[in-house]
Amino acid sequence: MSRPAATRPALDAADRALINRLQRGLPLVDAPYAAVGAELGLSEAEVLQRLQSLLDRRVLTRFGPLFHAERLGGALLLAALAVPQADFERIAALVNAFPEVAHNYEREHALNMWFVLATATPAALEAAILGIEAATGLPVHRFPKLEEFYVGLYLPA
Amino acid sequence: MNPQPPEAADADPAADAALERALILATQAGLPLTPRPFATLAEQLGSDADTVRAGFAAMQARGAIRRIGALPDHYALGYVANGMTVWDIDDAQLRDCGRRLGALGFVSHCYHRPRSLPAWPYNLFAMVHAHDRAEVEARRAEMRALLGSACRADAVLYSTRILKKTGLRIGA
Repeated sequence: MSRPAATRPALDAADRALINRLQRGLPLVDAPYAAVGAELGLSEAEVLQRLQSLLDRRVLTRFGPLFHAERLGGALLLAALAVPQADFERIAALVNAFPEVAHNYEREHALNMWFVLATATPAALEAAILGIEAATGLPVHRFPKLEEFYVGLYLPA
Repeated sequence: MNPQPPEAADADPAADAALERALILATQAGLPLTPRPFATLAEQLGSDADTVRAGFAAMQARGAIRRIGALPDHYALGYVANGMTVWDIDDAQLRDCGRRLGALGFVSHCYHRPRSLPAWPYNLFAMVHAHDRAEVEARRAEMRALLGSACRADAVLYSTRILKKTGLRIGA
């Protein structure tokens, strides 16, 4: 899944500066792209054009409000399955078919499939877990967040 | 979008909640890439730019929105080694250990989660993103030293494939 270095998108210094600046958050001002551009020595038009290109090339997967689901009344759960290797692709398709599954990763461990369920309510979350257990015939290991010590993804470009 | 009479709108929590809900739905795919994105949203929602900005500021203040920002694709930036480090920590020392790991600059997420015995003895999770596995292993050694005898066992789970990534969708 990792892109080989040769196919990694080319980024110039201004792209990198913009990626780093925008990871830290957009100011809530009337013309925020102009404000960010002024900090970086770029015009508003150049900021918008570069940002669109970074999204088009999927260097950025998203640009917008980063929501805290639980504080919006939603429910989130990290869950895992121990999937027999020979059956992995079939089970992955079954799990991914649930719209409640927001992310799903293959990881190196006996628990080899880790996914995040996101629903509007705790009841819908429980229903999705039972649905996945019924569809796959595998027990879902639940890893609810008990305490958050830090959240702040920042990947310097 | 604003059915309230003008004199009630400012102090009406139901109208505020309706506006916030509308803003969330309107920006799930992203913030408009227009010179005045809050004015663009206001136009779509029949509101005004200052009200929209105040709505985002209120959500940010109470933590419903962490920030308006960019999420990079790890791999596109060369972060090809993404390790979920997990730790079996003495319960009495868990909070202290969690705070220590969470304070490390290279840890992007750090949570207390339950064990799932016997398959899973670990109760502290910390994500480490690096350019290669050797860098992750060096970080783990640093973390292990920081935790000392409070840590009974640990492991790292590298992601080998993204099977799905649609991001959060919040229903209406």
